[in-house]
Amino acid sequence: MDFLTFVQLADATVRMSIPLLLACLAGLFSERAGIFDIGLEGKMLAAAFFAAAVSFSTGSVWIGLLAGLAASLALSVIHGLASITLRGNQLISGVAINFLAAGLTVVVAQSWFKQGGRTPQLSGASRFDGLDWPGALTRVREIMTAPPPQQFYSEFISGHSILVYFAFLCVPASWWLLYRTRFGLRLRAVGENPAAVDTAGISVVGLRFTAVLICGLLCGIAGAYLSTAAQAGFTKDMTANRGFIALAALIFAKWRPWHAMGACLLFGLFFAIDNRFQNIQLHAIWIIVILVGLSALMTSYALRRDRIDVIVLGGFSALLTLIAIGMWIGLTVPGEVSMVQALWQVVKLPTQLIQSMPYILTVVALAGFVGKAIPPRAGGEPYVKER
Amino acid sequence: MTLMQKFLSASAALALTAGAAVAEPALIFDLGGKFDKSFNESAFNGATRWAEETGGSFAEVELQSDAQREQALRRFAEAGNNPIVMAGFSFANALTEVAADYPDTKFQIIDMVVDAPNVRSIVFAEEQGSYLVGMAAALASETGTVGFIGGMDIPLIRNFACGYAQGVLAVNPDATVISNMTGTTPSAWNDPVKGSELTIAQISQGADVVYAAAGGTGVGVLQTAADEGILSIGVDSNQNYLHPGQVLTSMLKRVDNAVYDAMKAGEDLEPGFNVMDLSNEGVGYAVDENNAELINDDMTAKLEEAKAMIVAGDIAVHNYNSDETCPALDF
Repeated sequence: MDFLTFVQLADATVRMSIPLLLACLAGLFSERAGIFDIGLEGKMLAAAFFAAAVSFSTGSVWIGLLAGLAASLALSVIHGLASITLRGNQLISGVAINFLAAGLTVVVAQSWFKQGGRTPQLSGASRFDGLDWPGALTRVREIMTAPPPQQFYSEFISGHSILVYFAFLCVPASWWLLYRTRFGLRLRAVGENPAAVDTAGISVVGLRFTAVLICGLLCGIAGAYLSTAAQAGFTKDMTANRGFIALAALIFAKWRPWHAMGACLLFGLFFAIDNRFQNIQLHAIWIIVILVGLSALMTSYALRRDRIDVIVLGGFSALLTLIAIGMWIGLTVPGEVSMVQALWQVVKLPTQLIQSMPYILTVVALAGFVGKAIPPRAGGEPYVKER
Repeated sequence: MTLMQKFLSASAALALTAGAAVAEPALIFDLGGKFDKSFNESAFNGATRWAEETGGSFAEVELQSDAQREQALRRFAEAGNNPIVMAGFSFANALTEVAADYPDTKFQIIDMVVDAPNVRSIVFAEEQGSYLVGMAAALASETGTVGFIGGMDIPLIRNFACGYAQGVLAVNPDATVISNMTGTTPSAWNDPVKGSELTIAQISQGADVVYAAAGGTGVGVLQTAADEGILSIGVDSNQNYLHPGQVLTSMLKRVDNAVYDAMKAGEDLEPGFNVMDLSNEGVGYAVDENNAELINDDMTAKLEEAKAMIVAGDIAVHNYNSDETCPALDF
């Protein structure tokens, strides 16, 4: 691995994590205000379609972005009406939005463009091009021959679309808004104890609607990024479950903005690794060390907890150790490869393992290994003023 | 009694007219969708050509999930559609079940072999067409590194990759072929974002020609290749027009001919096993005004020579499906 590979990996990480980051921040606002939102996926999808469709029709990507935002906001209002005003179940409303978006985008696209649920390819001004910073090289093949500082500058700093820079600006902005303003304090309070907020004479419904609308806005940008910056056009189901991965990142980040960025970058890194190296090859000894190390960590953690933890995690550790030993023995061929030589055999790690890392990490987070992930206390419950 | 007779005769008449009215062919698309600009679109074009030439009409359905395969087959068979053409290897299991239940209906499956008395199986010699575009890629490449991006990781797509790699190495034995698969589930046919990422990853490893055999995912591959100023190779349909001057060529797989022939044969469709290869123009490479500048005379001469040699049997292109191994590429 040379320097350029690292830079490119970092660059791909940024590209892969942007839609996650925007959707994750969207979910953060909504859930911090006590409205669970599993409709992130649907909002992104609707925004992706309308952004692509309108920017194709008008020739301006900015009008397209506005259309995407409008579509996402419209779905947010539906979610708000169902779960805040009508006090419905927030999860069901979210699922409904996902279904609605998945079906409607394809139907509208088919009747609009007659291309089987996709929009025509975008080009020129109807697409967010990468911003090329002064002096930066634009093509991968030119960058490959440049000196390292130029590689870093051209590949990592320059060449992203404006939405990427905006997404990273959103992180400190969200932090400031949530933790340094009166509005943020109230928003967090309404997710923890809406009755207290209500007693203070502040509108719970108003705050929650604001949060849901901010969520729609950010989802809209995420969707528009997918169809007009990352890709040149909308295709059926193009969000490919990124909304759900963003929710996983949100849980992993324990509903905090800076941590959300970390989680999204980490998940993005896994996707980038998966794209770059289809099969990862490692010496058997490293895999054994990782597996045994993991089981040792789990056992030591479990010993400080209840007996049930010892049984469950102990069993799991034993399983991992068994896999490690089994692999070691499996690699040993009597007469040809000795036990010691087997340690240096190259083993292919399947790409699926890397693909599933975000989900494994979320389960780890939920299981409480990295401190407890406590959702906002009033999350998922509609606020009823009087009982 | 008279009432009963009236009912019976009415229903009999209904059944008769129904039977007479819907002896039209049916076409079932795979999950990539009708307008994937590739495999399914090619099938659709064949059916459209038949409909325009004969003035007939055909029933069609686009599937949304794997679970609908058998359901769609049975629905068309019950409705009396004949023959029923399905575009895609994934129908094999469903068809094996359904074909036995409707012995009078003729089925045609593309890209897979189903052994039943009323099924016509059509497979394409993808390795031969891919061999030719592999040669073209190696001739056009300046870096000596070319890429392959497959859709779902299945033997069929590995056969594309294997033929391609053989063609590349035949021209330049020192060339490097980078091969990536998009995924292992049917959604891998429809993930252009990932297709783009894989393309960028391959370019940064030195590839300057990328061959996409990935259905809808390929749209993203071709787009990124055009953005980054390298050449790409399309698949199934002629995709040269997508980015004129930047798509080197397309590996043609005449799914349209297969569908057209089946619909033309109608109920007399002959069951059995059929191979479409270079000798009967079932596969090939596309040259049109969009890529005429990219394919020079020297290249054309070499490709045509290889084509003739493959048809004559002087060059044996290894078929991945025959033994699940590839001499030119390690998966």
